[in-house]
Amino acid sequence: MINRTTAPSITDAVSFNLSLKPCDRYTLDNQTPVYAIHAGAQDVVMIEWVFYAGNWYESKNIVAGTTNFLLKNGTAQRNAYSINEYFEFYGAYLNRSCYNETATITLHCLSKHLHELLPVVAEILTESIFPEAELAICKQNQKQRLEVNLKKCDFVANRLIDEYVFGFHHPYGKYTSTIDYDALQREEMAAFYEQFYKNGSCMVFAAGKLPADLGTQLNKVFGKLPLNSKPLPAIEYPLAPATEKKYRIINDAEGVQGAIRMAQSFFNRHHPDFPKVQVLNNIFGGFFGSRLMSNIREDKGYTYGIHSYLQNHIHHSAWMISTEAGRDVCEATITEVYKEMERLRNEPVDKEELDLVRNYMIGSLLGDLDGPFQIISRWKTYVLNGLDEQYFYNSIETIRTVSSEELQALAQTHLQPEHFYELVVV
Amino acid sequence: MIIYDRFVLDNGLRVLVHEDHSTPMAVVNVLYDVGARDENPEKTGFAHLFEHLMFGGSINIPDYDEPLQRAGGENNAYTTNDLTNYYCQVPAENIETAFWLESDRMLSLAFSKKSLDVQRKVVCEEFKEHYLNKPYGDVWHKMRELAYTKHPYRWMTIGKELSHVENAHIDDVKQFFFKHYRPVNAVLVVTGHVTTEQVKQLADKWFGDIPMGEKYQRSLPQEPAQTLARKLEVHAQVPLDAFVKTWHMDTRLDKGYYAADMITEILGGGGSSRLYQSLVKERQLFSNLDCYHFGSIDAGLLTVEGKLVKGVKLEEAAAAVDAEIGKLQSTLISEQELQKVKNKTESVIAFEDMSIMSRANSLALYELLGDADMMNTELQKYQVITVEDIQAYCKKIFREENSNTLFYHAN
Repeated sequence: MINRTTAPSITDAVSFNLSLKPCDRYTLDNQTPVYAIHAGAQDVVMIEWVFYAGNWYESKNIVAGTTNFLLKNGTAQRNAYSINEYFEFYGAYLNRSCYNETATITLHCLSKHLHELLPVVAEILTESIFPEAELAICKQNQKQRLEVNLKKCDFVANRLIDEYVFGFHHPYGKYTSTIDYDALQREEMAAFYEQFYKNGSCMVFAAGKLPADLGTQLNKVFGKLPLNSKPLPAIEYPLAPATEKKYRIINDAEGVQGAIRMAQSFFNRHHPDFPKVQVLNNIFGGFFGSRLMSNIREDKGYTYGIHSYLQNHIHHSAWMISTEAGRDVCEATITEVYKEMERLRNEPVDKEELDLVRNYMIGSLLGDLDGPFQIISRWKTYVLNGLDEQYFYNSIETIRTVSSEELQALAQTHLQPEHFYELVVV
Repeated sequence: MIIYDRFVLDNGLRVLVHEDHSTPMAVVNVLYDVGARDENPEKTGFAHLFEHLMFGGSINIPDYDEPLQRAGGENNAYTTNDLTNYYCQVPAENIETAFWLESDRMLSLAFSKKSLDVQRKVVCEEFKEHYLNKPYGDVWHKMRELAYTKHPYRWMTIGKELSHVENAHIDDVKQFFFKHYRPVNAVLVVTGHVTTEQVKQLADKWFGDIPMGEKYQRSLPQEPAQTLARKLEVHAQVPLDAFVKTWHMDTRLDKGYYAADMITEILGGGGSSRLYQSLVKERQLFSNLDCYHFGSIDAGLLTVEGKLVKGVKLEEAAAAVDAEIGKLQSTLISEQELQKVKNKTESVIAFEDMSIMSRANSLALYELLGDADMMNTELQKYQVITVEDIQAYCKKIFREENSNTLFYHAN
């Protein structure tokens, strides 16, 4: 009989030699930078065009988001249907997303179809016309969608907590109302498009089984476009955090759960504490074995899940705790969160727990680097945040070496209840 | 082409190995041939509750997650109406940890009362979070009960009602475990930076001495062919009227399944699909509209579901959906439209097969269906479908007496 009570020996993940696959970099004739990772066994590619066209650059609410949404709803040559039909015929996906600083267009397709697809992406980036009829449909449907979302406690809570931390006039803190949709004008989108897409700042990220002539293809189709020729406007937004810290809101009188959000403002990735706080956050609420999860889900059963994380913003982050808990145990949940902060401030993390978290974090980093799309996504984060691969190696070093004493000191600095906003939306 | 090796242990455990040395990771996937369809109608939600209990300690190991995390691994699991699947990804050097953990919980759980008490609560919160505390959260509870009269697909994986989960007893847990969680009812798949020889040795060492158990003989009540259209009207505190209509389709292994899958693409897959273009864009009856099915192993439901633009009547929306479906029955689709769906299928399969985790998942599923090699022949089954097949299948299933309609009225 084998001995099942003793764990098989393991190699400490911290001893693994992790490396970030270098990425090919070149620029097109118009100075558009391209970052490329050639890897993978399947004949698929992903190409992403990243523009500085997020809500940071809009002067009126949701202009950036709606411009991005309507990019593929009509060009001078094709209507929305033919654009969709064109990409879908090749089994390709053309998605778009709008974030705070950036907005993207992403193409996923089989490598063999790139030749046919790239010129139509270029058409969208140069000849989009934002038809009035498409805008009207978009407004109507987005307003309806918003109305449904506003019935959900988690959706409402996510909006409000960001507003408390950053202020409603900050791009990270603002949100949408039906009035904003009603006020949208086609001309505002056309102008935003002209400045931030057609003549905007663009970067290209490509990954997958890339054709050998990808650079030539990209240059031929995108290298002459008027991209990256004008400087981006320098816009700064002051943080305007709310003065009141505690909020209890009834959104649905019949609700059986409350959405709990607790958050404080936090530095961005350039702050020296950031990588160490990532380790502290993992211990606190960053993975399934975290203290919040062990206590509040696995011991008390108050919730299906509770997580803490550092928001993925470029300029300024926030440290967030997020859960949906039974309505009658929301206050008890908040009490337990503060208790877990207190333990981290008062007691050093013991070696066994810290070793576990180190191994877990390295293992999960290794898993995260599995595949071309994952690798390029890490590169993209570094590029957009003004970092380089050194940040990757420094983070690994931090995970390996940060001490209990350092973590306790960080908890004493950064996990003070009076700095946290506290919100329950039922 | 996914290359794999397959062998069976003496206790009936089927093992599949797919080597991929381009990654430093390995995935260990254990699929159990039990889902919500195998539950007692009075004790629904049990297969899924049980999935939670599988993390509450096994006979020799008090905690599942901790040693795995220490080995740099991550794991998760899911339960469907058909099956329960557990998977972990771990640096390949530490793969034995996954074998140790998975085999011990196949050998026996600890059956801790504390774990049952806590996970009952956790699952009740999951129930509330996803189905009670969300607008339209009960749509599928109602649709399943409408569309199925006999087959156990008539309840959701999460359970028919909270009380079933709340009343789960430790004796039910033990009985369920020893009936379903036996080697003979399981499939083990290992993918990634491993060799078949290594997996053979590890599987034998850790799983080899687990008692085989009895092969579960599934004999579920079959759903009789529906002969009369069914309709349900519901009023709820939601902002918009919603429309859901389903038609019974074929089982996973039937040729009709592939036609049905393609029809959902033709009707609702993407911005150039028929229902989206006609009813969301041109006529603006719906603010969103989807057409899908769940990939069920037994006979499933082809579904059209959407929310109405304010001011539109549910009857008008329903008639418009029927009219679009009528066109598929009366007129052959073009070869170009068929080719579009085939191209999309080819691309979906290529993207799905990118990670060793999803390859492990697919191999386990196809093995459960009877032949892991189906993973490599699946695309071919779509390629042979003709425009005539599509039309014939539309005529076969889109009959009013085969349909179930839910009008979900906003109060």
